[in-house]
Amino acid sequence: MNFSGLIQDFGPLTITGLAQGAIIALFALGYTLVYGVLRLINFAHSEVFLMGTYFCLLVWGLFGLDQNSATPSTIAVIGLVLLGMVVAIVASGATALAVELVAYRPLRKRNAPPLAFLITAIGASLFLSETVGVITKRNITGVPPLIRPRDVFVIGNTHVTNLQILIIVLALVMMYVLDRFINRSRLGRGIRAVAQNPDSAALMGVNKSRVISLVFLLGGLMAGIAAVMYDLKIGVTRFDAGFLLGIEAFTAAVLGGIGNLRGALLGGLLLGVLQNYAAGLFGTQWLHAASFVLLVLILLVRPTGLLGESLGRARA
Amino acid sequence: MRQVLARAIGGVAVIGLIAGAAACNSDSSSDTTSGSNCGYKLAFFGALTGSAANLGVNIEQGFELAVQQYNTKKGSDCITVQKFDSQGDPAVAPGVARQLVTDKKILGVVGPPFSGESEAADPIFEAAGIPTITPSATRVSLAANGWKVFHRAVANDDAQGPAAANYIKDTLKATKVFVADDQSAYGAGLADVVKKTLGSAVVGTDKTEADGKQTDFSATVQKVVSSGATVMFYGGYYQNGGLIRKQLTAANWKGTLVGGDGMKDPGLAKAAGNAAAEGTIVTCPCSPPEKAGGTFVTDYKAKWNVDAGTYSDVAFDAANIYLAGLDAGNNTPEKMNTYLTTVDYKGIANEYKFTSTGELDPSLIKVWTFKFDASGVEIADQEVKTS
Repeated sequence: MNFSGLIQDFGPLTITGLAQGAIIALFALGYTLVYGVLRLINFAHSEVFLMGTYFCLLVWGLFGLDQNSATPSTIAVIGLVLLGMVVAIVASGATALAVELVAYRPLRKRNAPPLAFLITAIGASLFLSETVGVITKRNITGVPPLIRPRDVFVIGNTHVTNLQILIIVLALVMMYVLDRFINRSRLGRGIRAVAQNPDSAALMGVNKSRVISLVFLLGGLMAGIAAVMYDLKIGVTRFDAGFLLGIEAFTAAVLGGIGNLRGALLGGLLLGVLQNYAAGLFGTQWLHAASFVLLVLILLVRPTGLLGESLGRARA
Repeated sequence: MRQVLARAIGGVAVIGLIAGAAACNSDSSSDTTSGSNCGYKLAFFGALTGSAANLGVNIEQGFELAVQQYNTKKGSDCITVQKFDSQGDPAVAPGVARQLVTDKKILGVVGPPFSGESEAADPIFEAAGIPTITPSATRVSLAANGWKVFHRAVANDDAQGPAAANYIKDTLKATKVFVADDQSAYGAGLADVVKKTLGSAVVGTDKTEADGKQTDFSATVQKVVSSGATVMFYGGYYQNGGLIRKQLTAANWKGTLVGGDGMKDPGLAKAAGNAAAEGTIVTCPCSPPEKAGGTFVTDYKAKWNVDAGTYSDVAFDAANIYLAGLDAGNNTPEKMNTYLTTVDYKGIANEYKFTSTGELDPSLIKVWTFKFDASGVEIADQEVKTS
């Protein structure tokens, strides 16, 4: 146990953990939203994220950019990142809607048991990731270096770069926007109504199918943003990038309270940071093992997750 | 009515099953070739897809070139190439190996290229008696299992590891080195040898997830930066190596990354970006491909439209060792295996003689270092003393 290493690196590990955690948090929102409304764990959400990572690379490739290109001017970078985000959101949202339409809606119409949904979800996830794997020969695709990490400020040995600040701020902003949407808007009220009791909501005039599609779309939207941030931070994507991160995101969602939006944020940030501490303390090979031990410990004490309450139960 | 239908279908199924089995039987007994030594197969077993696929594909292409040239010389499609994709994954390899050994026409295997899949698949080849020549698996313990079918056409990590460590000490003159590996049979084995040779110069160690299983290395990078190391040695493959190099550069680390033959591929520059990868050193128990004899370099380029890659020349030689054995009348796996114990073959990349455990004769081993240039290609640097 390397305590001195952990104390020495505490600052840098915290910042890099927060940046990684922010991406995980955005990704986790998709899981938590769908579970909150449908009581369904959407395993295909990892491929929703994957499509976002690939499609924004495709668009950037149209501009002739690959991992060896020079960094363009600031105006061009802003434009490209925004364009990439739009494309990723569209691609992720479309994938999420397609999965809902093809994989889940027919089962819902037939009142299938929950196990059928689980199998279909895993099947959809495998189909999409393996197809991408065959197309890309399971090799990596590089990302153009649009944002060169530059130190914005330094505290001791902790370097905080522009990219890390961008990721964390963006995640917080998107989380706030989503929270306001769910809690204040009419559509958001519809989502909470369906989450609370689908049949009563239908009786009150809420279009259940439309709400469910909206929930998938929102999850896809968040995943698309997470996808672009992932591309810029990690610099490569692979056919199983969604799977690797998806396990962590799902863990984060459960950690924070599945069905709880703020729980997803807290769970994601906490997981990112604690994983890094575990890596610093025990060695990077314990990174994933540590996060699952943590999950089990927290669930033992608080079975509903840290923030507990779900989407349906409105705050007083 | 339904009962009659069910019985009719059942009867047809049973007849079909018996006919199929009979057909299979007659197939395998009717292929005794009459002295022409044609109609046999040579197999490639290794990663054709997957995170380290480039290394497997380089070897497969060298192997296939040799067989194609042999067939052209014979004037017919004498020897068939059979490819088996293990994805470089020790979990996938055994299943694919079992598939390979059911084909009784296969005289020998070129591969497996990786140490992890060798550990998993070689027991199956040993049980079936199919000879293997690996052009690249360097883990030392592979030769210690008593396998009669195992043959290694290159030096192992007991030569490559000290070569890397000596280069770090003598050429890079580093006093603080960080050593990490990907916990694979190859990576951990190589890193352990390097750690032993470097001794007190090692200021920190870490382990990462297997190749392709991790993309965020921020914890490892942070450890390297705070250890003050000027050189990092990573035992692993090019994808993880490239990502680590990229993230080290992003963290403003000014040191040099050194790796083994698993990182010797342009794929490292693809993962890291050419600018970050420039200056990375990799060792290899192989000589530079452009030094290969004969017309290999131009033939390879003409057939595959790319330059010969890591170990393509060794795989070419491995295939030709089998073909020379076949020409000498060894047309069963057992005869081929016996032939390999006494073979002395002068190929285009090296001369090949195997010891009783399957290792390459120690007098024939050589280790080179390569450096990545600005265009993302590894260029020969120098030949290294191995002890």
